[in-house]
Amino acid sequence: MNQFYLELAMTISFANALGIHPSAMEFRAKRAEVIANNLVNADTPGYQARDMRFSDAMKSVASPSVTLRTTRNGHIGGKLASPSSDLLYRTPLQPSLDGNTVDPEIEETNYMRNALEFQASFTFLNGKFKGLSSAIRGQN
Amino acid sequence: MSLYNVFNITGTGMNAQSIRLNTTASNLANAQTVASSVNETYKARHPVFSAIFDNAFLDKDQQGAFDADGGVRVLGIVESEAPYDLRYEPYHPMADEEGYVTYPNVNVVEEMTNMISSSRSYQMNVELMNTAKTMAQRVLTLGQ
Repeated sequence: MNQFYLELAMTISFANALGIHPSAMEFRAKRAEVIANNLVNADTPGYQARDMRFSDAMKSVASPSVTLRTTRNGHIGGKLASPSSDLLYRTPLQPSLDGNTVDPEIEETNYMRNALEFQASFTFLNGKFKGLSSAIRGQN
Repeated sequence: MSLYNVFNITGTGMNAQSIRLNTTASNLANAQTVASSVNETYKARHPVFSAIFDNAFLDKDQQGAFDADGGVRVLGIVESEAPYDLRYEPYHPMADEEGYVTYPNVNVVEEMTNMISSSRSYQMNVELMNTAKTMAQRVLTLGQ
């Protein structure tokens, strides 16, 4: 009986079923925040525009960071720095005299594109859930 | 969820831009407010913006990444140090002994461009917020 439940749990593993799409959506949401921050600071002197790289985030999903095992209270669970959190600086095309490197048009298009890609990830994820629920119901 | 931080960020942006629009309105309203001495004359006011540096800009391992929100804030409002506009109008009731009237150092053309710029930035913030709202509403329909 236990074996049966174990196999059932193995079969319906959400992490396996949903694939990369939850992480992709999480990345898109974070990137929306970073780009919104750029746009809000379009008039701030000295502010430097930032962005994240999709490939870096996907790399860290493919190979999760290694953590140290903690067996006692005082132990510190160190881990390798994950590349997903790397906020890079955008290379400015034409920085302002006040040191601001935000180009509102570029940021705006990035934001809109990011929102579209978020919707794409959402659609993929929604399809996965629909597939799961039709598998549970056992009818077409 | 970090998507909701976009609302906080654009909120700070709208606040900052409306303060900027307020100072512009004050400057334009007082553009012709004359006085007979330099000390009593209105000075053009301008806000100073500064980015809010927060967790979002630290390493993920140092802080709970993206827990706090970023944005922009108004550090303060400074009075312009530009020279006053001294005009020789001896029959003006506010003229000093030598016949000069001090007009404020408000540059009307500069203020008009400031007004357009801040109004456009405000619109952009609203647009950002709307897009984030659409994204968040879309997530709520997951699995339906």
